[in-house]
Amino acid sequence: MNGLINRALQWLVRDSYGEALWRGLVEALALGEAAFEPLMPCEPEVTDRLLSALAERIGRAPEEILEDLGTYLVSQPRTEAARRLLRFGGVDFVDFLYSLEDLPDRARLAMPDFTLPEIRLHPGAAGLYRIELGTCPQAGLRLGPVLVGLLRAMADDYGALVLLDHRGADSRGEVIEVRLLDAAFADGRAFDLGAGPVAR
Amino acid sequence: MSAVAALGAILARLCPMFVLVGPSGHVLASGPTLARILAPREIKGARFLEMFEVLRPQPVDDMAGLAALEGARLRLRLRAGRSLALKGVVCRLSGDGSLGPAGGVVVNLSFGISVLEAVREYSLTGADFAVTDPTTEMLYLLEAKSVAMEESRRLNHRLEGARRAAQEQALTDPLTGLRNRRAFDLALAGLLHAGNAFALLHLDLDFFKQVNDTHGHAAGDLVLRVAAQRMRAAVREDDIIARVGGDEFALLLPGVNDMAALRLIAQRLISTIEEPVSDGARSYRVSASVGGTLDRQRERNSAEALLAVADRALYTAKETGRGRSVIDTAPRSAPPAPSGHDSQGAAMRSR
Repeated sequence: MNGLINRALQWLVRDSYGEALWRGLVEALALGEAAFEPLMPCEPEVTDRLLSALAERIGRAPEEILEDLGTYLVSQPRTEAARRLLRFGGVDFVDFLYSLEDLPDRARLAMPDFTLPEIRLHPGAAGLYRIELGTCPQAGLRLGPVLVGLLRAMADDYGALVLLDHRGADSRGEVIEVRLLDAAFADGRAFDLGAGPVAR
Repeated sequence: MSAVAALGAILARLCPMFVLVGPSGHVLASGPTLARILAPREIKGARFLEMFEVLRPQPVDDMAGLAALEGARLRLRLRAGRSLALKGVVCRLSGDGSLGPAGGVVVNLSFGISVLEAVREYSLTGADFAVTDPTTEMLYLLEAKSVAMEESRRLNHRLEGARRAAQEQALTDPLTGLRNRRAFDLALAGLLHAGNAFALLHLDLDFFKQVNDTHGHAAGDLVLRVAAQRMRAAVREDDIIARVGGDEFALLLPGVNDMAALRLIAQRLISTIEEPVSDGARSYRVSASVGGTLDRQRERNSAEALLAVADRALYTAKETGRGRSVIDTAPRSAPPAPSGHDSQGAAMRSR
């Protein structure tokens, strides 16, 4: 699973900060190609080192980078496959929010060793949704910031206007609040159900 | 609300591809997804069997025939357009008319295996399927697996490339465990660079082809492995022995700078190779021809020149009979006469 996370980070860094920075990072950490293979096992510790070194090099907090990663996954052409698979979850943004609870099962169906933490959605009054995200010992990192970035981009994708708030983390997990201001704020991006997997 | 409208409203939500057909065979109501597929044609009021052809379990051409298929697994085809294949089931409306006109039927349709084609053709979305319909999940799975499969294909391709590169870079001959040609070239370059004296031997098995041709590759491989073991035992640990061809070997002997010593080593190698090789059932005999040369410090030979001298010496040894060695000191000089080592009989010299 960490091979996949590392690959996503690799694409994010190359696309956002350039090839040179990425090369320097990989050389400094002496990482081989195998560390970025989604289908090969990789120690969580590698992701941790990669993220810390990247944070230091570009002068941003690891949480900010992870949030960027979530947005990147949904909004960039290179990761269109991820966006498509997420869009299968719901016909509109609220339907998508409800599908989040199925996300770990969906991910496992796609890749058996893709282990996401448990996700619980608690709908409240006035378009407020509270999302509880369990810990993810397999990945060795908190995925909350990734989910925040991803939700922000998915709201855009569906044309919904939302406010997002990462409420913090404790030993049991993380809490994210989504306030849906307008479900049909903009047109959103088209989703062609039968377009099939995107070629890279 | 009429019975037809009430039933239609329920069915539209549960089965977005239903058709309510009256006793005359005309469509009274249909589901929204079906309407989308047929647009701009109007389905309401049309004759069901004029729009759809029932193929299985048997063709039907009137209402009675359609009603008689109640409960059967129908295979149908849209008559217009790209003749989309459909699956379906028929339910008769009750005779008392409480659900709709007596003698009418409800047909529920689905895409079956052609669902992906239909989704593409008609730009269907998740909202076009019933909430309980697993089609969207199926399409998700199909796509997720395609992505994973493509990733797997890419990884296999990369690993195959890596395996080939590793094989090329490997230094060991897999059959004999000796060094291979590449390792030999690297070692020779290293010795020339270091500039210390060393000797080079080029050894070729005699009568190996006969063993291989007569007794098969397993016997040939055994002979090669045993010859390799014996050669290793006949030289020092730091000497380099490489298998550089099918039955060709090359040796590098660091520190050897004496013609007589080199000749002795060559003959020791030939003697040990000439010992019979047994696989338990049979015994095989081969011999070897050896060409050799010395590299003394000041001569500044190139690898090519040294190899050429050793090759020519080996050629001379072969020409003058098998089981012989020829040692030549000077690149570019004429080859000297072979020195004798001929323990095997003339009968073996038939290669």
